Amino acid sequence: MLLFVLRRIGVMILTALALTFVVFYLTNLPPNLEKLAKSEASARMTDEQVDSWLASNGFAQPVLTRYAEWLGVLPGWTGTSSDGKPMGRCLNRIPAGETPPAYCGILQGNWGWSTVFKQPVSEVLGRSLGHTGWLMLWVMIVMVPTSLILGVLSGMREGSRTDRVLSTFAIATTATPEYVSGVIFIALFASATAGISPWLAEMGWIEGKTLFQGTATSAMDGLTFWNFGLPVLTIALYGIGYIARMTRASMTEVMTQQYIRTARLKGVSFREVVMKHALRNALIAPFTVIMLQFPWLLNGVVIVETLFNYKGFGWTLVQAAGNNDINMLLACSVVAVFVVLVTQLISDIGYVFLNPRIRLA
Amino acid sequence: MADWDPSKPILEIENLSISFFTRAREIPAVMDFSCSVMPGEAMGLVGESGCGKSTVALAVMRDLGKTGRIVAGSIRFKGRDLTTMTEAELQKIRGSEMAMIYQEPMASLNPAMKIGAQLAEVPVIHEGMSKSDAWALARQIVADVRLPDPDRILNAYPHQLSGGQQQRIVIAMALMSKPALLILDEPTTALDVTVEAGIVDLVKALGEKYGTSMLFISHNLGLVLDVCDRICVMYSGEAVETGNVEQVFTEMRHPYTQALFRSIPLPGADKNARPLISIPGNFPLPHERPPGCNFGPRCDYFQAGRCDAAEIPMFPVPGDRHASRCLRWDEIDWTAPPAKRVAKEKLPVGEVVLKMEDLKKYYSVSTGAFGGGATKVVKANETLSFEAREGETLAIVGESGCGKSTFAKVLMGLETATDGQIMLFDENVQSTPIQKRGADTISQVQMVFQNPFDTLNPSMTVGRQIIRALEIFGVGDSDADRERRMLELLDLVKLPRAFAERMPRQLSGGQKQRVGIARAFAGGAKVVVADEPVSALDVSVQAAVTDLLMDIQRQNRTTLLFISHDLSIVRYLSDRVMVMYLGHVVEMGTTDQVFAPPYHPYTEALLSAVPIADPHVEKKRIVLEGEIPSAVNPPPGCPFQTRCRWKSQVPGNLCEVEVPPVQVLEGGHQIKCHLSAEVLAKMEPVIKIAAE
Repeated sequence: MLLFVLRRIGVMILTALALTFVVFYLTNLPPNLEKLAKSEASARMTDEQVDSWLASNGFAQPVLTRYAEWLGVLPGWTGTSSDGKPMGRCLNRIPAGETPPAYCGILQGNWGWSTVFKQPVSEVLGRSLGHTGWLMLWVMIVMVPTSLILGVLSGMREGSRTDRVLSTFAIATTATPEYVSGVIFIALFASATAGISPWLAEMGWIEGKTLFQGTATSAMDGLTFWNFGLPVLTIALYGIGYIARMTRASMTEVMTQQYIRTARLKGVSFREVVMKHALRNALIAPFTVIMLQFPWLLNGVVIVETLFNYKGFGWTLVQAAGNNDINMLLACSVVAVFVVLVTQLISDIGYVFLNPRIRLA
Repeated sequence: MADWDPSKPILEIENLSISFFTRAREIPAVMDFSCSVMPGEAMGLVGESGCGKSTVALAVMRDLGKTGRIVAGSIRFKGRDLTTMTEAELQKIRGSEMAMIYQEPMASLNPAMKIGAQLAEVPVIHEGMSKSDAWALARQIVADVRLPDPDRILNAYPHQLSGGQQQRIVIAMALMSKPALLILDEPTTALDVTVEAGIVDLVKALGEKYGTSMLFISHNLGLVLDVCDRICVMYSGEAVETGNVEQVFTEMRHPYTQALFRSIPLPGADKNARPLISIPGNFPLPHERPPGCNFGPRCDYFQAGRCDAAEIPMFPVPGDRHASRCLRWDEIDWTAPPAKRVAKEKLPVGEVVLKMEDLKKYYSVSTGAFGGGATKVVKANETLSFEAREGETLAIVGESGCGKSTFAKVLMGLETATDGQIMLFDENVQSTPIQKRGADTISQVQMVFQNPFDTLNPSMTVGRQIIRALEIFGVGDSDADRERRMLELLDLVKLPRAFAERMPRQLSGGQKQRVGIARAFAGGAKVVVADEPVSALDVSVQAAVTDLLMDIQRQNRTTLLFISHDLSIVRYLSDRVMVMYLGHVVEMGTTDQVFAPPYHPYTEALLSAVPIADPHVEKKRIVLEGEIPSAVNPPPGCPFQTRCRWKSQVPGNLCEVEVPPVQVLEGGHQIKCHLSAEVLAKMEPVIKIAAE
């Protein structure tokens, strides 16, 4: 088991290296650097000025060297600026008087400076991941039990009326992308002019103008049902349909297995057949799917956080990508790789506990 | 049940009709079926696949699914009508008063639950027993079904047990509440013969111990004779004959029963002098049944205008509750020998075409699930030496895991040998994989596979598949030429030429196997490996397919390597027999030599385990103890020493230390055993045919 986990971690590091190099290379293409120079220094620089700015800020070195510096396996560059001040990768924002370290890459815990947020990347990332963490947590709390219950209910009697109604619901939700359902929710519940809010306000049943708040900005200071309900629902709904379909398929298959017939003909009641015999077997397949939902949530988070103006990981990623914030983007890709591979690891290990036929070496 | 008189039948089925309802139509599966089972009695339900025997069993359990419905008749269990019971009442009876044992033990155990929990569930539900008492009872019953180390087994998951052990657990589960009626649906079909023998013994002993009545469903007539007191033969949804087992087996009064017996290889049958007689035609589909007698179109005694006039009821026949669904049961001369039996000439054997010398095939497997772990060597074939001549049938016999399929793969070139030689004609092929073999060699060595349902491409017409084989073998110069050859091949396997346009799904199992045979012979194969070619087919079809293989062999002088676990059919059609156990050839000789003493101890047990559907046959019962050892971890010394009943006759611990040498007895009969010649000479025959 330990060997297996170690091997997985090795794979994770390799993947992270490969992915970050790709992102590094793409964000460091000449047009991107030119754009960076113009946004950092002056928009009206000549080409020569851009070149000298890039040279004095360390961007003139070969890509591989700079990638190694970012990793922290090569010493950071040093040089002098046009006005004679000493410059260097590790010199930035070091309190005066202290000697700068030779290496300052991510191995040293230095994630670099975010050019968009004018703050260290680690600070921005930490804060935004915290926000997104809350969002994900609530999405999972809503999504997983709901979808499993829906899936099991519709799968235990295939073709029944319950099954058809629930299946229709599941297909409808999973066929509606977040940017559609999010907009519909805002219009229905969080608009002062459309949906049910004006009517509720007229009846005097709600205090403000809208039932739910259309933005989740205030949720960053304090979560309430009213400011956080819509973003959570928007992300969860899509996943509910998807996982419910998976669970249903798995459940219907399990219900036709011979051992279910054995249980039934042992005199076990239908309820017990479902709870004791079918459930565990039926959850093996959806478990993997649920774990796969985590990385996928990152994707949904980008749309929903932008839509509801919630400054989490997704929103940060959009900002960073829009402004070619190299360090921020690199950090985001490391986080993405980490999330994907860790959930996979959990999924594989959890699978072993659910399915006694599989044992890890 | 206070109001039930134990002298009355425990299960009484009267005029039961069951239909399955699909969107298109109602499909009658069982019609007008009646039978009764007395307390302590074992009733056998026999018939080919699709005849409705399993449907009857499920109807008794009232578990026909959503589409199945009982449309008429009654099923009375201990005097109470099951057909009108509510779900809650049924739940009380199921598992406590009647229990069922299924065909595939692996599929019928919950893979994610421990054995103990699955067993203990029964008394907890039905008797409100506490969990610890239930586990204690489970432990006792597990010991009752003769499983070693009950504590370990209770805490195991189903996949950690072998097939035979799983079936014992299913039986234990059925016995947890000491039911009055036990329904066994082909309980041993998925198991090896020696394991089957153990299970059958167990079922019989438990039946006696607990006084349980049994409804035993099987397609194997020999097994029914072994286990049951009474029998009911079913054909196309109807009971055609019912009565005492011995009476039905010796004085059958229905043409179908008679035809069935004539199509199975009994010890007296011989491929040349007394060939099997297959039942002509095909089983009617449920919605295409003929008017009147369902068996009419395939019956030798059919009389137009009488047999197809009206539905035929059961007629009582003198004897022990004997009845037959035949209008002419008292007109037919049942003792007359079959008219169509044509004796054929024995085929002389020719030159040696295939020769194997010290063939070895080892696999190395790693034990870890993700790579890692120690590498072990599986010795699938150990020093295999034999030769096969032109026109000869060599049977290779053994249970699962004995290495017979590996041997076939090596010969075909799907695997290459680890060591040793394979001479095909004058060519060395042991280390040539099939990709490197010439079209010539490939077309000369062909294979007929076990499962005809999976070996044909479902989206290609039959004709196209055969033409494809011809193209690959380089037969014929033009498309027209190959087309003609393909039609000739269809003639050869006795399929109508119109079948060339059909898709495999439109064919029955027997017809598919014929296509498989046509494909194998497309390039004029000289050596054909038939890997259990008939074991997936119904009894009546088996005879026809076997016959066909023999005919083609006669015409082409093909060498047939017939791989099988079914000793009856091997005895019937092979010239020489090779018995394998755990990769070793333990005995080899002509069919007469192998089937008569002296035997190798394993052959002896194998012969004794095969159920024979003839009450005149007296068999010595030898049940092997224990499981077949795993090929990954074979026992030291003689591979069979862990289960051998003759081991004590060998001085010292020779059997455990040394692999026995091959003893050559008179007539070239080879036995790989440490037993001395004197002991071997004293062996008695396992099968004796009592004088009639």
